[in-house]
Formats: sequence, C-alpha cells, structure tokens
Amino acid sequence: MTDTILRTDRLSKNFGGLIAANNVSLNFERGQVHAIIGPNGAGKTTLINLLSGDLLPSDGTILFNGKNITSLPPDKISQLGIGRSYQKTNIFATFSCYENCWVAAQSRLNTSMRFFRPAKKLKKVQDRAEMTLDLCGLSSRRDVLASAMSYGEQRQLEIGMMLATEPELLLLDEPLAGMGSEESLQVIELLRRLSRDHTLILIEHDMDAVFSIAEQLTVMVNGRVLETGTVEQIRNSQAVQEVYLGVEEEAT
Amino acid sequence: MPRITRTLLLLAALLTLVFFPLFGSSFYVGLLTRILILALFAMSLDLLIGYTGLVSFGHAAFFGIGGYALAIAFQDAAVIHLWQALPLSLAAAALAALVVGWISIRTSGIYFIMITLAFAQMFFYFFFESPRYGGDDGIFLFFKPVLMIGSADILHLDSENNFYYFVLGSLVSSYLLLTMILRAPFGKVITAIKANEHRVCALGYAVNRYKLVSFVIAGTLAGLAGFLEGAHSGYINPSYMSWHESGIAIAIVVLGGMGTLYGPIVGAFIIVLLQDFLPSLTDHWQLLFGGIVISVALFYPMVRPACCRDFMRCSEVK
Repeated sequence: MTDTILRTDRLSKNFGGLIAANNVSLNFERGQVHAIIGPNGAGKTTLINLLSGDLLPSDGTILFNGKNITSLPPDKISQLGIGRSYQKTNIFATFSCYENCWVAAQSRLNTSMRFFRPAKKLKKVQDRAEMTLDLCGLSSRRDVLASAMSYGEQRQLEIGMMLATEPELLLLDEPLAGMGSEESLQVIELLRRLSRDHTLILIEHDMDAVFSIAEQLTVMVNGRVLETGTVEQIRNSQAVQEVYLGVEEEAT
Repeated sequence: MPRITRTLLLLAALLTLVFFPLFGSSFYVGLLTRILILALFAMSLDLLIGYTGLVSFGHAAFFGIGGYALAIAFQDAAVIHLWQALPLSLAAAALAALVVGWISIRTSGIYFIMITLAFAQMFFYFFFESPRYGGDDGIFLFFKPVLMIGSADILHLDSENNFYYFVLGSLVSSYLLLTMILRAPFGKVITAIKANEHRVCALGYAVNRYKLVSFVIAGTLAGLAGFLEGAHSGYINPSYMSWHESGIAIAIVVLGGMGTLYGPIVGAFIIVLLQDFLPSLTDHWQLLFGGIVISVALFYPMVRPACCRDFMRCSEVK
C-alpha cells in the first residue's frame, strides 16, 4: 500500500487569460523524491507556489496528510511541516548568515510573541541554527553578512533556512540554479542525505541531477501534467521524448 | 561605533541630563523637557520606521490622543492623579493604535503611508470640529498631575525640575523597554520583517500579528509622549495631531538615524535647537533651516559610520 503525503486534485491557477496551472492532479508518496520537469513556462513554479500558499488556487484542492490546506496562508502551511526554498534567492540580506538561520529556527517556537528574555538565551533555537549551518555547509561563513556571500553560498543558505523550520515535506524550486559544478555536487549530496528522512518535491533543469536522485517524475507542459511515473516510465514515454527530452537543449 | 564607546557616550549624555537642572536655569530645563518629550515621540516612531519597516505618516494621532485623553478626563478636576491619568492616556492611545493598526497593516509601502495619514487627519478634524472638546482652541489644564499615596504627596509635577526628571525617567524607561523587546524573540521577528517580509511569512510567522503588536507598542509610547506634552504645556489642541507633527517626527528619525534608539534623541535635539536659535540670527531663518536639513540628508551618510554601513549594504544588495 502506498502512503500519500500530498495530493492535488484538479488544481488550477489563472492569471487573467493565462492558465498557468491547468487541472493538475498529482500524488506525492511519503519518503520519495519527486521531481517536476518541463520547459520554461510550463507552470512548475506556479505549482510550487500553490502548494506553499504563496498563490491562491483558482480551482481545485490540496490535501496534506489528509488535511485540506487549499486556501491556507504560507505561514500556516509552513507550520504544518511544509518547507520551501525559492528559485530567486530570498534571504535576509542585511543579516549575517547565522542570523538568517536563527530567524528560521525561531519560527518553531510555540510563539515568538516573547518580549522579555533575550532571544540569544534560547538554547534550542541556538542549537537548531548551528545545526542548520553545519548541514548546509556554511559553518565557516557564520558571521558573514548574507549580502556579502557568493551567489552559490546564498543558494545554500536558502536551503538551510528552509531546513531550520524542521519540515517534513520539502519544496525545492531549482536549488541548483546558478551554482558552480563544485557547489552543485555538494547540494546534490545534501539533497540525497535529506531524502533519507524527508519527502522532496523538486523542480530542476539539471537533468543529470534529476535522474541521479529522483524516484518519481512528473513532466509538465503548458500548465498541464503531460506524464507522471517512475523515472523508467518517463524515460520510455514516447510523448515525453517528443515534447521535452528530445528538445531539451532548445527548451532550456 | 564600537559598542563600548557607544555605551560610554550614552552614559555621559545621561549623566549630563541628570545633573543639568542643578546648573541650568528653569527656562532651559523647560526647553530640555520639550526636547526629551519630542525625542520619546520620535523614538516610538523609530520602532515602526527603523525596525519594523512601517513608514507611518500618522503617528501624531496617538501623540494627540494621549494628550486629549488627559485633557478631556481631567479638565474640570481639582486634582489630577497621576496613577489615574497616565494609564488612561496609555490605554486610549493603545486602543486607537489597535484599531488604526488592524486596518492599516493590511497595506504596505505608499498605501500604508497614505492610510495612516488619512486616519490621523480624521482624528485631527474630529477634534478640530468638536466644540465639546474645545474645537481648534483646544483645552486648557490648570493643574499638573500629582502622585499621592493616601494623603502623602509622593511626586508633584508642579515644579519644573520634578517634571523634567519625570520626563527623563519616562524616556530612559522607554529606551530600556525597547532595547529589551528588540533583543527578545519578538524583536528578531520585526527586524526580519523589515529585511524581507515575504520570507518571514514563508518561514511560518503570522506577519500581520507581529506588525500589529509593534504598531500598538509604538502608538502607546507616542501616547505617553502626548500625555507628557499635554501635562507640561497645560494646553492641548488639534495641532498635536496635525500632519506637520507626524512629518517632524519622521524628519527627526531620519536625521538622527533610523534603526538606532538613540538616533531620535539626537535628532530631537538638532531640530528643536535649530528652530529655537536660528530665528535669533536672521529673519530668514527658515531658509537656513531648510539648507541645514538638506545638507544633513546629503552628507550625513558619509560621516556617520553606522549609516555608512547601511549605505554600502544597500548598494551591495542591488
């Protein structure tokens, strides 16, 4: 029996006349790495935005662990255990690397409406922030201003902040975008490690990376799901080869 | 500025303020009282502009409500009991900030500026056109608040020096309170909201709640300043809430340095001293005043280290 962690049912999003996501019905299994691929403008990021609550769907439902989360705001969705990293780096540029992780980790307190005791004294948050730095490989950059870090490091921090919120399901929007090959390998290794005890939904253009860590694949074209299945099934799919894999160079 | 230098400078400034009445004439004690009240008002606004990233253009509304609460409740009273009057003013300002904030924080950027201005104007015209509350003439208070336990006078604000120390105490307490809040988990969240509101929300924080609480804290402290100004001058009128007053508070925060609690104190000194002493130099003092404000805005970032860092940070991010 399969164990579904997240399910979308006829999920749609229109921007005026443009249908960015069109009747997307997908099952995501617990513990698996599920990659979503497709040419630019296929609606992959829109789908992630719908799942994370950054966008409100025009139609359809989203179930997370059997609970309807369709119109919940991003903060509630995050609190339920869905973490998300952004394609465009979305960090606190004026904070140090450590402070970025700190704010992320502090979000798991019951409430941050605490006014009296210094935040620094919260041992649990401190440990979590340090652990996150370690996990995303930025311990040596602890006190560097986030805006002064290299692009690749900012991307690593982006993932680290998501991890500091202790999510069960990770939504990763092009985690490798703009990274050098060295940094890419590190991040792929990190994702592989995370996949042991997390569920990952991954958008990525780097096909080598996708085929090396994904177990399930969904191909999207023009807002629709073209095909979904195991990596083998997708590789052998005639439709996918025609629309996407065959013309990969042009598409990306 | 290294932390130790800053602490020493602040302590030196505090000591000077504490001992000033021993040497200064009562005219200057009164002037200093006015400056410290304005500093408290601007400091409360800095919590919004400098730390939460909310540029409120209607902060004078809460300043005025603090003053009017005192004036309306006690205009005919023979004795103004501090323990009644002060909590009343704070509660009135807090309640107004809760209502105005609850609506305003749903907007951002220029819309937030406009909506807070609109609310302040509503309050302004309400009092301006209410004969019951003195209309544009305002309300006079003939007594200063007193603190009594039983029949024993603990603190009488009649004397200029007592009032001065009460204001200084309020300013220092507010400074310490805000410092504590900013170091606590709440403070981390609001400074993060200023840096990147969207990400704070994505990390699981109910952003609007934090913004609202910040707005209410700032409004309450503005109410405290308004209470002090009303009690000190003995006269409350609608101009307390005018948009000039809100604008001056913004100017003080910007000139003194946003995002530092001592900045608004410095800014208040600059503004009041310029306004008081420039007219003695020339009739065209406002020209001079404008010129100084412009040059400070242009050159300050280059000479002030903290500002300079922010300046470079911004250009790096972009």
